[in-house]
Amino acid sequence: MYSPSFYQIAPVIAVCASLAAVPLIALSGSRPNLREFWTFLAAGTKFAMVFSLAGYVLAGNVVEVDLIRVLPELSISFRVDSFGIVFALVSSFLWIVAATYTIGYMRGLDEHAQTRFFVCFALSLCAAIGVAFSGNLLTMYIFYEMLSLSTYPLVAHHQDLEGRAGARKYLVFLLGGSVGLVLPALIILFALAGTLDFAYNIQSGIVPEGTGPTMVVILFFAFLFGFAKNGVMPMHAWLPGAMVAPTPVSALLHAVAVVKVGVFCTTRVMLYVFGIDLMADLNLGIITAYIVSFTIIMASIIALTKDNLKARLAYSTVSQLSYIILGVALLAPAAIQGGIIHIVNHAFAKITLFFCAGAIYVATHKKNISEMGGLGRVMPFTFGAFAVASLSMIGAPPVAGFITKWYILVGSLDAGQMAIILVLIASTMLNVGYFAPITYKAFFGKPPAGVSYEPGIKEAPLIMVVPIMVAATISVFIGIFPGFMMQFVQMVIP
Amino acid sequence: MMDQAPILIIIIPLFAALFLTLVGPLGPRFAYGLLITGLVGSLGCSLLSLGLVLDGNQAVQYRLGDWPPPLGIELVIDHLSGVVLVLIAGCALLTAIYSLRTAEQDNPDRLNHYYALFSLLVTGLLGMAASGDVFNIYVLLEISALSSYGLLARGQGPAYFATFKYLIVGTIGACFYLLGVGYLYIMTGSLNIADMAAILSQPELQESVSVRIGFTLIILGVWIKMALFPLHAWMPNAYSKAGTTTACLIAPLMTKVSVYIMLRMMFTLFSADYVFSAIVWSPYVIYLASAAAVIGMIAALAQRDLRKMLTFIIVAEIGYMTGGAWIATASGFIGATYHILADGLMTLCLFMAVGAIIYRTGETSMAAMRNIFQKMPVTAVIFVIGAASIIGVPPTCGFFSKWYLIQGAAEAEAWVFVAALLIASLVAAIIFFRLLEIAFFGDLDTTGASGDHGHSHQPVATLRAEAPLSMLIPMVITAASVIILGLYTKEVVNYFISWSVPLGI
Repeated sequence: MYSPSFYQIAPVIAVCASLAAVPLIALSGSRPNLREFWTFLAAGTKFAMVFSLAGYVLAGNVVEVDLIRVLPELSISFRVDSFGIVFALVSSFLWIVAATYTIGYMRGLDEHAQTRFFVCFALSLCAAIGVAFSGNLLTMYIFYEMLSLSTYPLVAHHQDLEGRAGARKYLVFLLGGSVGLVLPALIILFALAGTLDFAYNIQSGIVPEGTGPTMVVILFFAFLFGFAKNGVMPMHAWLPGAMVAPTPVSALLHAVAVVKVGVFCTTRVMLYVFGIDLMADLNLGIITAYIVSFTIIMASIIALTKDNLKARLAYSTVSQLSYIILGVALLAPAAIQGGIIHIVNHAFAKITLFFCAGAIYVATHKKNISEMGGLGRVMPFTFGAFAVASLSMIGAPPVAGFITKWYILVGSLDAGQMAIILVLIASTMLNVGYFAPITYKAFFGKPPAGVSYEPGIKEAPLIMVVPIMVAATISVFIGIFPGFMMQFVQMVIP
Repeated sequence: MMDQAPILIIIIPLFAALFLTLVGPLGPRFAYGLLITGLVGSLGCSLLSLGLVLDGNQAVQYRLGDWPPPLGIELVIDHLSGVVLVLIAGCALLTAIYSLRTAEQDNPDRLNHYYALFSLLVTGLLGMAASGDVFNIYVLLEISALSSYGLLARGQGPAYFATFKYLIVGTIGACFYLLGVGYLYIMTGSLNIADMAAILSQPELQESVSVRIGFTLIILGVWIKMALFPLHAWMPNAYSKAGTTTACLIAPLMTKVSVYIMLRMMFTLFSADYVFSAIVWSPYVIYLASAAAVIGMIAALAQRDLRKMLTFIIVAEIGYMTGGAWIATASGFIGATYHILADGLMTLCLFMAVGAIIYRTGETSMAAMRNIFQKMPVTAVIFVIGAASIIGVPPTCGFFSKWYLIQGAAEAEAWVFVAALLIASLVAAIIFFRLLEIAFFGDLDTTGASGDHGHSHQPVATLRAEAPLSMLIPMVITAASVIILGLYTKEVVNYFISWSVPLGI
């Protein structure tokens, strides 16, 4: 325990640590080891701050920091509560893991413009933690935009036609959603409610009583589809396009930071701006549940058709993100808990899967699933981790994904939504359908015609394999001991 | 001395212009120094006057020769005009510092005459903002317009022709304004704004057709001057063919001062009551403003010439401000006024950055942006800040003006204007990201589309050729003010703008 003034400054340090590292990284471009040292220093500081805040929040405190009052009734402010800390813990911890992996990947492929890459990476993490700790919608919006802009050069990294096209699509969807839908909704909400600070409990929200239902519904859907990072169809199309980025970007940003920011913003708005009562009154919860159910099923079906491993993972992400929103939209306590904990569970599992895809590419330059027959015997650790993480995606015990499925199932029973249970079952089947063959073929299948592997293990560099094993192990660990993360979730809704 | 500050704001650049015509033999550096000295003096007096206003928390009235109004000439500096004066003097000073290399390049011969016109233009703009008398506004409008014709015509190629077009349209605009003033003079017998406002508030004049015609003529004249769509056709060619310094001076300021005059005419000379109740233009004007915002931005998207693109963006921004002024809510008014400051700074920022890029690359088309991040990193960052502000990315000032405008429009339920603002922002995002892509990554064919991932093509080595320091310093100051103004939105609104929110809206 530190003094309370420490906890006033800790969120600022947590957000700004990676911002402060940006000039250092940029200036040490000619000395890669020093440059990577700055990344680790920033990542370590960030995680240490978040971790110390986690303990403080667990003791029942909420940290509030007012930075600048930009408009008379509106400030840029941080609020660290249990909901935000869940997301901040995951993304700051995984940055350390991903940074290790990234070094192996970027050096293994001798990529160009590595300094720019690490600078943008640090900026994105600053934005992600900023979103997690935002005290009101304006602050959240600012960091949300910062994240879109700082990841743009990462998506366009290869600078070729495909990279640029992907990056353009990325901006069109993300900026189109945020400027076209979220911004006006934000301002109209501000004009109605006179404040944009999040509510302190998830029951009431901040929308004033007596607001016309039509207006509430319009605002709600503007937020749901405007936060396009959440991948709800039809605003998901940027995510498969963004897969042209180097794999570490897909892993940390397009499986954890960026997409989770989208989901986090969506659920934050659902719970802390609209509130459970209002959503239940207007049946908004159940409508949302059906909208995202469509995304869950459709994205899984599309994933079945993809042969490119990263594309398949991308559609799997689209589908899994909607689980989180589905859980919250059911409005039953167990379902909300399941939705929130899925932010953690999906993060660890999906980052493992993307790490594996990158390791396979670095070791063998293979991108397509059909070429991966027999590869499991050459890269047993990578594919072993892949198998574990796919179990989590499917929702099989004892891996983390099971916890999510369990809570959401209980929640949908509580809410009396039998149709949602069918959706969950169908989605699980589809998950098995597109994940199981990959592992099966890798271990038991034959190599494609004309290819033969020499006996013996030939893995990617150790600096890549270790992060994979760490992430996969934690995934199992959470599945067996869900208590640590669940205690934060239970503080959001007991 | 303090008491004389309001008139010195105008007198100093006027005398600087006079002396500048005579100092040709002393060489270009002397002329440059004299101009800077004059503008520093003017900026200092503007700040002093603003200080006087803030001290007394009321408008400062300065009577020329101590003749009492309504007969005497009066300068009125209140919270709003005080800030606008500081904006004009500040932007002019920054442009003057910036002009060290480009003005000599554009005017190798009579630099002192060029600077004399420069100073005279600034005199006119400052005078319009400070004047409390409709006829003096006309005189100063013509002073600034005539000197701007002279400055613009010194540009390259077809600048003469474009300026001639501008001269004709500008004169028509000024004539409209003068006719309107004539009508009102006949009806009220006064030219002093405060005096006229008191007389015009009488019920029988509120109904009078002559007054209505006067109002119409004045507003139309001002609209021509501020290039409100569809009266904007004179502007793009006139501004984009001008010399670099001229464009940096005229493009950000001239139209903004005209918007300021529109606000003064609507709310100080007339009243919110008259503008929104006695006449019912506002729904139509909002449509016009929305069209201006959207069409201006789309026209900008179609341009390949950088400065022409920026000029069309100004057309769109004028739409923002007009809409904000006419939606009849306090937030809209605050948005429009705040946007005068924000837009002045951000267009100055962009025109300066583009000017520096043109100065170094010699190209004026989009191709000039190629690999700018490698060649001129500081200029590129400044360009990005200006662009972010136009798009409305927080925490730049462009975000907060848009915030107020959208809030005002939502309160007035002017959904067309809300939609127009958002569409314009999105189009602006497309405009700038298209440029930034070239600026960041170069042309696609120079880096090559070969290979399926990036390490096969290293970026083409480009020579670093940053803009000279005389351009960089004012650019950095402008870009910093774009962000600082955004972060201090609350203070700017509370201390300056909220005082001028007209009664009755």
